[in-house]
Amino acid sequence: MALNITLLQVSFFLAAAITIFSAVMVVSAPKMLHAALWLVATLFGVAMLFATLQAGFFAVVQVLVYIGAIAILVIFAIMLTRRVMVDEGAQVIKLWWLAMVAAAGVYGGLVFLLRSWPGFLTVPLPVENDATLLPSLGQALVSPTGYIVPFEVSSILLLAALVGSIVIAWPRKE
Amino acid sequence: MTFLSDPVNFIVSWLRSLLAGWGATAGVSTFVLSLIGAGLLAMGSLMWVIFLIWYERKIIGRIQDRFGPNRAGPFGLFQPFADMIKIFLKEFITPRGADVVPYNIAPVLAVASVMLIWAVVPFAVTIFGVDLSVAVLYVVAVGALGDLAIIMAGWSSNNKYAMLGAFRMVAQMISYEVPMVLSLMVPVLLAGSLSMNDLVKAQTPWFIVTAPLAGLIFFITSVAEVGRAPFDLVEAESEIVAGFNIEYSGLKFGFFYVAEFMHAFTVSMLFAVFFLGGWQGPWAQAYPILGFIYFGIKTMVVYFVIILFRGALPRFRIDQMMNVTWKLLTPLALAVLFVTALLAKLLANMAVFPFTLVMLVANGVMLVFTSTLLSRFANRERVTFAVPGDTDESPEEASA
Repeated sequence: MALNITLLQVSFFLAAAITIFSAVMVVSAPKMLHAALWLVATLFGVAMLFATLQAGFFAVVQVLVYIGAIAILVIFAIMLTRRVMVDEGAQVIKLWWLAMVAAAGVYGGLVFLLRSWPGFLTVPLPVENDATLLPSLGQALVSPTGYIVPFEVSSILLLAALVGSIVIAWPRKE
Repeated sequence: MTFLSDPVNFIVSWLRSLLAGWGATAGVSTFVLSLIGAGLLAMGSLMWVIFLIWYERKIIGRIQDRFGPNRAGPFGLFQPFADMIKIFLKEFITPRGADVVPYNIAPVLAVASVMLIWAVVPFAVTIFGVDLSVAVLYVVAVGALGDLAIIMAGWSSNNKYAMLGAFRMVAQMISYEVPMVLSLMVPVLLAGSLSMNDLVKAQTPWFIVTAPLAGLIFFITSVAEVGRAPFDLVEAESEIVAGFNIEYSGLKFGFFYVAEFMHAFTVSMLFAVFFLGGWQGPWAQAYPILGFIYFGIKTMVVYFVIILFRGALPRFRIDQMMNVTWKLLTPLALAVLFVTALLAKLLANMAVFPFTLVMLVANGVMLVFTSTLLSRFANRERVTFAVPGDTDESPEEASA
């Protein structure tokens, strides 16, 4: 058991290190396309975090939606604007330490707030039955006592986006 | 459990007891065994491609009234080994202005994206990498990494043909992913599970009988996903020379080549799992090795049909390809999914045989309806090919 916990911790630290390192690279890479590829690595790191929490469905959906759809869309947009892809100039401004202080402050505040939450120090409980997780998630999404309203609202939002994009792409008659 | 009926698990349990004898805890031995299993599966899939290349060249040769490879070894069996050694020894050429790191990562990612699928495929009732509870989604998600590899290859080679090929490939893959996922939802719906092994176990009768239209859509879209003829616009030699991999040489090109063959075989495996009952067959439950053989035979049959497609059909034009997916396959897949969901819910308490019959009839009605619409579309008078308001000629039009 002791070994299992350390393995989990090792994989967590690995995933966290990958995520943070590539997130830093996203904002500091001079080439836009490199930044987009680092973004893919960041999102992959988040998927790994989900996997270490035994949330396999979310890990897979993270890869499918964020890497398979959104990151590829971003890369396409960058590729189609080839002229402005390389950032000249420096990657850091003079007041970078101020941003660092602010970020550290936010991080410290969040840790301080979360320490008062009882779930902060508990070891993740093992999931008993992996197979029943997904059906219960699906039922929660469409049950009146669950999340039907947010689910339907977001579907309508997506539908509106779909209709809007078709209207924009429609060939105009002169 | 004996060696003959289930060799893989026999060896696994033997190794596990061996490791336990050396004082390893359960966690460590699981880790070591997973490592060995993953390595063997990856190596095995790569080695298998050597045979696939020979098999495909031989059959394509027969289709085109040639012999195919027939000099090296019996039936030319050693030809792929000669090619392999040649490709190992070739020089790597990196084009000037290439973006070196993505340029070198892309071929590896292309192979990895296919190989990752093998981790969840159930080869027999007890022989599989992992039995993920979200395996079907995992397969779709991993396919997205293949798109990424092609984008990286096309962009980083600093070549306009490569870029055009990558654009075409990704447009094709993203478009065909939509009907593919929709058609995959039908077996998932009928089995009530996203796990591959549960999908196989639920197939009495095979889903190709219960949901033939979904199977057809999945087959067409997976051929397009691989980028094979008739969907090989990516490497349309007459238009864009060789597509996204034009600037690659030596083993780096070889990786893309291997990825393509392995992908074609992998989608055959997936078709066998989703629609042909996977490892199912007589005595497959009791003797897993038999299930492995059944699965292999089914996969090879599907792979043979994919090769027949490649040998027999001419290439689509890019607008035709887009029309097929967006105007035919996507609406049809949506209709099939809708009808299947409705019937499966309404007839939930029906026995297997009448249920299958009803599903068959429903699929037949949809097929007749679609083919009537298609024949009407084919017989209508064609006025103009260009899009209204689009005055300049597109390159496809000029070459057509």
